[in-house]
Amino acid sequence: MNSSKLYNAVFAAGISFILACLMIGVKLDTDSTVLAVKGATAEQWAWIIGGIAVVFLSQLFSTQVDALFRAIPKPDIQALLPQQQKFATLKPWLIAAIIVVMMIWPFMVSRGSVDLATLTLIYIMLGLGLNIVVGLAGLLDLGFVAFYAVGAYTYALLSQYFGMSFWACLPISAGLAATFGFLLGFPVLRLRGDYLAIVTLGFGEIIRILLNNWTSLTGGPNGISGIAKPTLFGLEFNRRAKEEGAMTFHEYFDMDYSSSYKVIFLYLIAVLLVICVIYLINRLMRMPIGRAWEALREDEIACRSLGLNRTAIKLSAFTLGASTAGFAGCFFAARQGFISPESFIFIESAIILAIVVLGGMGSQMGIIFAAIIMTILPELAREFSEYRMLLFGLLMVVMMRWRPQGLVPMKRPNLELKQQ
Amino acid sequence: MSQLLLDVNGLTMRFGGLVAVNGVNLKVKNRQIVSVIGPNGAGKTTVFNCLSGFYIPTEGSVMLKNEQIAGLKDYQISRKGLVRTFQHVRLFQKMTVIENMLVAQHRHLNTNLFSGLLKTPNYRRLEKDAMEHAAHWLKEVGLLEYANREAGNLAYGQQRRLEIARCMVTQPELLMLDEPAAGLNPNETKELDELIIKLRDEHEISILLIEHDMSLVMGISDHIYVIAQGTPLANGTAEQIKGNPDVIKAYLGEE
Ligand SMILES: Nc1ncnc2c1ncn2[C@@H]1O[C@H](COP(=O)(O)OP(=O)(O)OP(=O)(O)O)[C@@H](O)[C@H]1O
Ligand SMILES: [Mg+2]
Repeated sequence: MNSSKLYNAVFAAGISFILACLMIGVKLDTDSTVLAVKGATAEQWAWIIGGIAVVFLSQLFSTQVDALFRAIPKPDIQALLPQQQKFATLKPWLIAAIIVVMMIWPFMVSRGSVDLATLTLIYIMLGLGLNIVVGLAGLLDLGFVAFYAVGAYTYALLSQYFGMSFWACLPISAGLAATFGFLLGFPVLRLRGDYLAIVTLGFGEIIRILLNNWTSLTGGPNGISGIAKPTLFGLEFNRRAKEEGAMTFHEYFDMDYSSSYKVIFLYLIAVLLVICVIYLINRLMRMPIGRAWEALREDEIACRSLGLNRTAIKLSAFTLGASTAGFAGCFFAARQGFISPESFIFIESAIILAIVVLGGMGSQMGIIFAAIIMTILPELAREFSEYRMLLFGLLMVVMMRWRPQGLVPMKRPNLELKQQ
Repeated sequence: MSQLLLDVNGLTMRFGGLVAVNGVNLKVKNRQIVSVIGPNGAGKTTVFNCLSGFYIPTEGSVMLKNEQIAGLKDYQISRKGLVRTFQHVRLFQKMTVIENMLVAQHRHLNTNLFSGLLKTPNYRRLEKDAMEHAAHWLKEVGLLEYANREAGNLAYGQQRRLEIARCMVTQPELLMLDEPAAGLNPNETKELDELIIKLRDEHEISILLIEHDMSLVMGISDHIYVIAQGTPLANGTAEQIKGNPDVIKAYLGEE
């Protein structure tokens, strides 16, 4: 055991001790009328000491721990799938089966599960949008939530002030978010990596602060409530029709009113939107523009030398990524019925980015898996809600150590060439 | 008679106080192999960067087919038929060989977004043509069997050849190669030699070459320019350059 190891271990244990003391060891509490500093209970101290011991030992034996990590078998999802040839013939059936299951499933489970699934679908959409910018074009964007906010507020405001319907606002939201993406694209054209990350981070904050302070238009921190839900060809899903003469869904079909219809309907819209987004982005990835995004990520100078206009390519990535977030935002506003700047804070951008990185940059399949994990896990770990962020962090660290390329790394398309 | 393809006059590039290129003149005719040689740090790569639009030259004119191209953007210049390779190979490493070839044809393929999304017949035809064109050039440089490999996993010599093939699918008239033989073994150098001659004789393009391998340069060049410390030192045929006392001095002086 060399001394640098020991030094590292002592250092790490010391840091953990200080942090644990500050965060868990002491608590501010009200003692009748005055504030009092209270120490942790004996049980908590035992946990803290245990945690520090783990940190100390894992640092001391880091080589062995690393070896252990390497020894854990990595699930080779590629290998689980059937062979290329067989898979190609199976694929349409598989996709059809998945879609059918997704359509039938909500009728058999609880309202809460359907609601959670809808949320997951929103994150899938956001992940797929950010994937264009980060995964494909290689432009690190930390303010992606801004476009989500633009989409959401577009629908909320248009619905509030002009009574426009969800379906009409969907393309408008996407379009406006795309415009913002385009506008952001200009100042950051020459930036890469860290610098780009900082500028986009700032952009995300600007949008949030603007929404927070433009009280006359956006309602400021109070947000906007009572946003209309989507309708099915004009049929509402409320108990009673809001507008004079309008019909509700259950009246039209002569059924009893049930609030779960609305939840299922929203879910089905989300499924529809996600399928559209997946299809479109999948096509884009196999088109010249998709290849150009990746080429830009790989080597910008080579791109320029081959006659590719990097300005157009970067702007298109920003624009299309942002429009996907606009879609998601519009749907989010419709689902919640209430939005406020609180929903569009930095941590949302971080979660979306985490979905892209955990899933595997550029890989749509990976992003879908990651979005499912990232939204369902916090629900399963409800009891630990106090430590949610801690668990979240732990998951990231473990994932990046164990599988840095992501859950399902992107696979290159195999292009058939006619042998001449 | 062969006519003038590229005509460079008084090309000068300054970086602050440093004069990297000082009044260089170059002439390349159709179907010619022209070499630029000079000791390390002479400014050869800087000349290429000026011609290809990566740098905007401080002074001088660059005429491609009687059209001024100095000051144009890099991608505009390459669309006019002047493309280059790099001293250090620049491939799209994580993409496959064939994808590298398709990216280079971006301009011919990228017609409009909707025809691609809807896979119109016109789009399919363009894509098929691009694939065939790519396959043709991969075969030409002997990489057809590696079409679906990741470019970054190819051997060094293959990467060099892929870079040339990738330039060729853009259908250039003037190909600029920056030290294409660096790091190649004698066998690969010989193949490269043959490939360059073939490009001139069969595909009828001109080649501007930077190279330190003197036997390669002397063997294939129609005309040679020597630059030392950014300044033109001599130019002529291989025979004239070999016997030029200034050139010998510049090279020996350096060593
Ligand atoms: N962007 C730049 N900024 C400042 N100086 C530069 C720049 N690019 C090149 N130089 C300088 O210009 C001079 C010529 O460099 P260049 O790379 O053109 O030489 P070269 O002839 O290609 O050499 P080699 O044979 O080693 O490749 C060098 O002194 C270099 O430091
Ligand atoms: Mg050089």
